[in-house]
Amino acid sequence: MLVLHRLLFAAFVAFSGAVIVPAAQAQEPKRGGVLRVQQRENPPSASIHEGATVSVNAPFMGVYNNLVMFDTKDDRDRMDAIVPELATEWSWSADGKALTFKLRSGVKWHDGKPFTSADVKCTMDLLRGVGEDKLRINPRRSWYTNVQETVTNGDLEITFKLGWAQPSLLGMLASGYSPMYPCHVNAATMRTKPIGTGPFRFVELKQNEIVRLARNPDYWKPGRPYLDGIEMPIITTRATAMLAFIAGRVDMTFPTEVSPPILADVKSQAPQSICRMGPTNVSVNLIINRDKAPFDNADLRRAMALTIDRKAFNDILYEGTGALGAAMLPAPEGVWGMPQSILQSIAGYDPDVAKNRAEARALMEKHGYGPNKRLSLKISTRNIAPQRDPAVILIDHLREIYVEGELEIVETAAWHAKISRKDYVVGLNLTGNGIDDPDQNFFENYSCKSERNVTGYCNLELEKMFVAQSQETDIEKRRRMVWEIDRQLQEDLARPIIVHTVGGTCWHPTVVGFNPAVNAIYNRYRYDDVWLNR
Amino acid sequence: MGAYLARRSALMLLTLFGISVIIFVLLRVVPGNIVDILFDTAGMIDPADKARIERDLGIDLPLPQQYFVWISGFFSGNLGFSYVSEKLVVAEIALRIPVTLKLAILALFFTVALGVPLGVISAVRQDTAIDYTLRVVSLSGLSLPSFWLALLILMAFVSWFGMIPIYTDTPASIWDEIVLLAVPAAAVGFRSSSLVMRLTRSAMLEVLRQDYIRTARAKGATRNSVNYRHALRNALLPVVTVLGIEAAFLIGGLIVTETVFNIPGVARFLVEAIRSRDYPIVQNLVMMIAVVVVLVNFAVDMLYASLDPRIKYTD
Repeated sequence: MLVLHRLLFAAFVAFSGAVIVPAAQAQEPKRGGVLRVQQRENPPSASIHEGATVSVNAPFMGVYNNLVMFDTKDDRDRMDAIVPELATEWSWSADGKALTFKLRSGVKWHDGKPFTSADVKCTMDLLRGVGEDKLRINPRRSWYTNVQETVTNGDLEITFKLGWAQPSLLGMLASGYSPMYPCHVNAATMRTKPIGTGPFRFVELKQNEIVRLARNPDYWKPGRPYLDGIEMPIITTRATAMLAFIAGRVDMTFPTEVSPPILADVKSQAPQSICRMGPTNVSVNLIINRDKAPFDNADLRRAMALTIDRKAFNDILYEGTGALGAAMLPAPEGVWGMPQSILQSIAGYDPDVAKNRAEARALMEKHGYGPNKRLSLKISTRNIAPQRDPAVILIDHLREIYVEGELEIVETAAWHAKISRKDYVVGLNLTGNGIDDPDQNFFENYSCKSERNVTGYCNLELEKMFVAQSQETDIEKRRRMVWEIDRQLQEDLARPIIVHTVGGTCWHPTVVGFNPAVNAIYNRYRYDDVWLNR
Repeated sequence: MGAYLARRSALMLLTLFGISVIIFVLLRVVPGNIVDILFDTAGMIDPADKARIERDLGIDLPLPQQYFVWISGFFSGNLGFSYVSEKLVVAEIALRIPVTLKLAILALFFTVALGVPLGVISAVRQDTAIDYTLRVVSLSGLSLPSFWLALLILMAFVSWFGMIPIYTDTPASIWDEIVLLAVPAAAVGFRSSSLVMRLTRSAMLEVLRQDYIRTARAKGATRNSVNYRHALRNALLPVVTVLGIEAAFLIGGLIVTETVFNIPGVARFLVEAIRSRDYPIVQNLVMMIAVVVVLVNFAVDMLYASLDPRIKYTD
């Protein structure tokens, strides 16, 4: 299975031209020009800290800087490829419970005020929800639950004091979701008129029309950015967006907007374009209400897991290019995904679907269900294609085990309220991971107190294991701990993962220096190294 | 006439009041609000945070109070702030009205400029090749879904000319804008012009059989004079009625056209606002559209009198 997946991915990469290094990359970068990137929807706001969608990161990452960030020259976002940004260097205390950053001097916010350690402290207070100013919504509070205090030491040094040694904190700070905000601008203003230290200044956000950024002439990185600005026309119809790309009205599609069938279309009509197709680290998963009959019964939950034919989902939805795995993104793109030998030992992951379903039927029969007494239930899903389509496939798979599923399509506006009041039996859900790291994934999606744990799953024993793996500095040892946690999450059907989605980004050869990561979609939009070869 | 106008004005106010209540109630009956959407986007489930934002936005107030706050604001010109962009509603709407207005005027221009003359030609040349051709074309105009037609036009432009007539930037001049809007206007006007053409044709056929037309011909009036001066003027009454209704329905057609051609007009803005339950935008925008529709219908009624001297509005 893994070999097949690798072959398919390699084929996609080769087909999409990603392995071909454009000749322009070897040239001296050119200055000037405005990069035009499609924006797929209205960004909910310009405040990255209040966003939880790539529709915020992609247009606005260029406005900000982090303390550190993932090296965009590396194809993968990983802990051993983190480079300085507003911090020039960092060091851990001997016990690993204090992380000290030395900050870059002479950096200015876009309004001319100096950047200091006080701004870092304000940002962390905002994220931890302990400052005077509050974020309207704070999707990543769970990332920083271990940060107990931030202590400034002069204007250019700050120390993060942690509850336990947590090497992954650096990775979370390197995410596109972790920009530094100025103390002197409140959280509400950051939604509409963001001020950053980044390579581009915010010019305007016209709903349904365009996002405009202009070059920051006072950017701290010498000679950057190369671009005069970035314009992101908001094109919500995917067909129109792809035609706009083919016709050259935009230089780049929105990240991951190109699906496998669309990729073939784009390549046939714009063969010179460069496309990168790969996993998005967004998974399609099942949510099962274990507080509600009949799935308060563990046998029925197990039967549900056993009837899922993941390969069928992958073939139908992603032409076989999606990745089959557990909560962590599987290899080769993912760093923490468990090996196939462990994965296939989990209920429902055995490739012998007929055998799985026979076991599932036996479980159903044990509880009185059978061909003449079928279980009727609603499969709730949000009215968007990435959730609706797998729900239809799921209904087909459930028929194999005496379950008659009825599709319940819920408008996006009503979906959240429905899930949060647990008014569902079985649902189809999407979960995106900001970075490819167990701390982010486990604490955000499975921790008892996390605001983003939409199912309310809570296993205190497992939570202790979350903390234990988080403290582990030996990578191999930590990896085994992560596999075990992930195995238990899948066995316990916390949020059974069906398939990891794929998506592609295309750009014209005139765009040079853009390098999306293969294991995350939220972190590569600073654009300060990007230039136009026109 | 004065009493008639007073009656009509009172009726218009009553209609607008009814519409305001319907909009307000419907928006609240539909499940979910802006906070649900914000939380859904963030994948969050904190009821305390949710309640706090609902309180900040005033959507936790009793419904009558919310209605009163809105309607008194509407009449005093204080439309409030958009929940999504957090900008003044009046500024958000004002930005988009001119775009849609231009598109609607162009579409109506296509409708009349194509529909009326072709309808006359089709009637005058009844049962000839040109009549059959025009009838087939008009039927296709009525039956082709505008979404499909619009996409087909875009694909044709990309394939044949290597360019795409979509709105990705504010046009440099009014001429650029007209050129840019002409294609979507033609796409949306195609359906309306087909309707107008068929209506003009059937009305003309009826009028052309009238005695006074025969009399005009007997008196030696030219063909053009008979067709356009004598017949068309009388045949236009149902066409004007339909144009009034079409102007109102145009907003529906424009939603699709604005979406496919990526035009930042009010129609698309309204759909987005409904999706995100942006109450201030939806309520005020629908009310403005309702005012326009009511006034257009009033203007159409007034136009009847000038087109047909037999129609008089008496006290």
